Amino acid sequence: MIPAPFDYVRAGSAEEAIAALGEHGDDAKLLAGGMSLLPLMKFRLATPAVLVDVGRLRDLSYVRDAGDHLAVGALTRHRDLETSELLARQCGSLRAVAAEVGDNQVRHRGTIGGSVAHGDPASDLPALLLALDATFVIRGTGGDRTAEARDFFHGFLETALEPDELLTEIRVPKLPGAGYSYQKFNRRAQDWATVGAIAVRNGETRVALVNMASTPVRATGVEEALAGGASPAEAAERAAEGTEPPGDLNATPEYREHLARVLVRRALEAASR
Amino acid sequence: MSAPVQIETTVNGAPQHQDVEPRLLLVQYLRDVVGLTGTKIGCDTSSCGACTVLVDGESVKSCTMLAVQADGSSISTVEGLASGDELHPVQAAFREHHALQCGFCTSGMLMATVSLLEEIPNPSERDVRLGLEGNLCRCTGYHNIVQAVLAAAADRA
Repeated sequence: MIPAPFDYVRAGSAEEAIAALGEHGDDAKLLAGGMSLLPLMKFRLATPAVLVDVGRLRDLSYVRDAGDHLAVGALTRHRDLETSELLARQCGSLRAVAAEVGDNQVRHRGTIGGSVAHGDPASDLPALLLALDATFVIRGTGGDRTAEARDFFHGFLETALEPDELLTEIRVPKLPGAGYSYQKFNRRAQDWATVGAIAVRNGETRVALVNMASTPVRATGVEEALAGGASPAEAAERAAEGTEPPGDLNATPEYREHLARVLVRRALEAASR
Repeated sequence: MSAPVQIETTVNGAPQHQDVEPRLLLVQYLRDVVGLTGTKIGCDTSSCGACTVLVDGESVKSCTMLAVQADGSSISTVEGLASGDELHPVQAAFREHHALQCGFCTSGMLMATVSLLEEIPNPSERDVRLGLEGNLCRCTGYHNIVQAVLAAAADRA
């Protein structure tokens, strides 16, 4: 399968990329690792007239200690996250969830910023970043702005990014010693999560769900129950509250609700150990 | 037809210069432009791993990468593994352990294994199974493939 024809622009800097987006408007798409975009283009579900390649902007690939938080460049590959010593010490959950994305070949190409900007509710990292209350740094023609993860995901493949904006950095809290667990259920090892449940425990417990709505979602009922003293098993019973899980070949909505309750219980138990 | 883009790569050590259409996939570049057909197109949707090659030493699925993205890179395919008549140690282990049936997945399995053993030189069986999760064998010959990878790792040690 071959993508529809497009013109190719290789950006030498973030500013060049933003200028190219401004010039081509809705006809242009950013290309990072391409692990989500290229399959869509091969199926002709996406037919951008112009691809703006930001994959060579090495200055946007980093994991840094920024004092009160960790700063992760948007073009940092999953492979670099899963092998980061800084993340191992300060934010183990990000390292662990990155290691669950796709397979080795996908992690060698795919980037955290690409995953976030794509806005797929079945992706692993967006749900974790929602649980971590991450902040996204977004660059446009007027300079930088920030968006909180809870305000960023608007719908299926829809985010707060404007067509002429580039996600440049993801900021996550330092959580040394925090308990965490990602329970990912799928039918084949490399598949997207049918449902995923992420728990991060650092004093309070945050829980987020993969593929249980048109965006990644927090399991607020579970978090409330835990804050009120419920046991993990009791709290997990509320995992599907407020969700709108999709139905597809892999699972009905009802089965996904069942999976959410089971996986949240397992995640809470594992994160408490 | 959009404007062609000039790219320079090194494929199995040989410099390459071509003008390519931006939408040309890396696997088509290798098979149809460079003329190396050892890399297979299987599912064509980045699931099966038959098209796995190394780009700058790391495994990638060449059906889900554009040739223009490989500009400036060093690419290794299955044709580059052996030295003359001497098989690469991973190839030799695959032959010794009969790690193939129909053989269609084999070039991808070999390249994924070479990359995996660079990252994890002494893998456990679990490391091997997880490390090759992106490569499917529809003959379901996984047992011997895993044995071959473990043997290749032990030989390197």
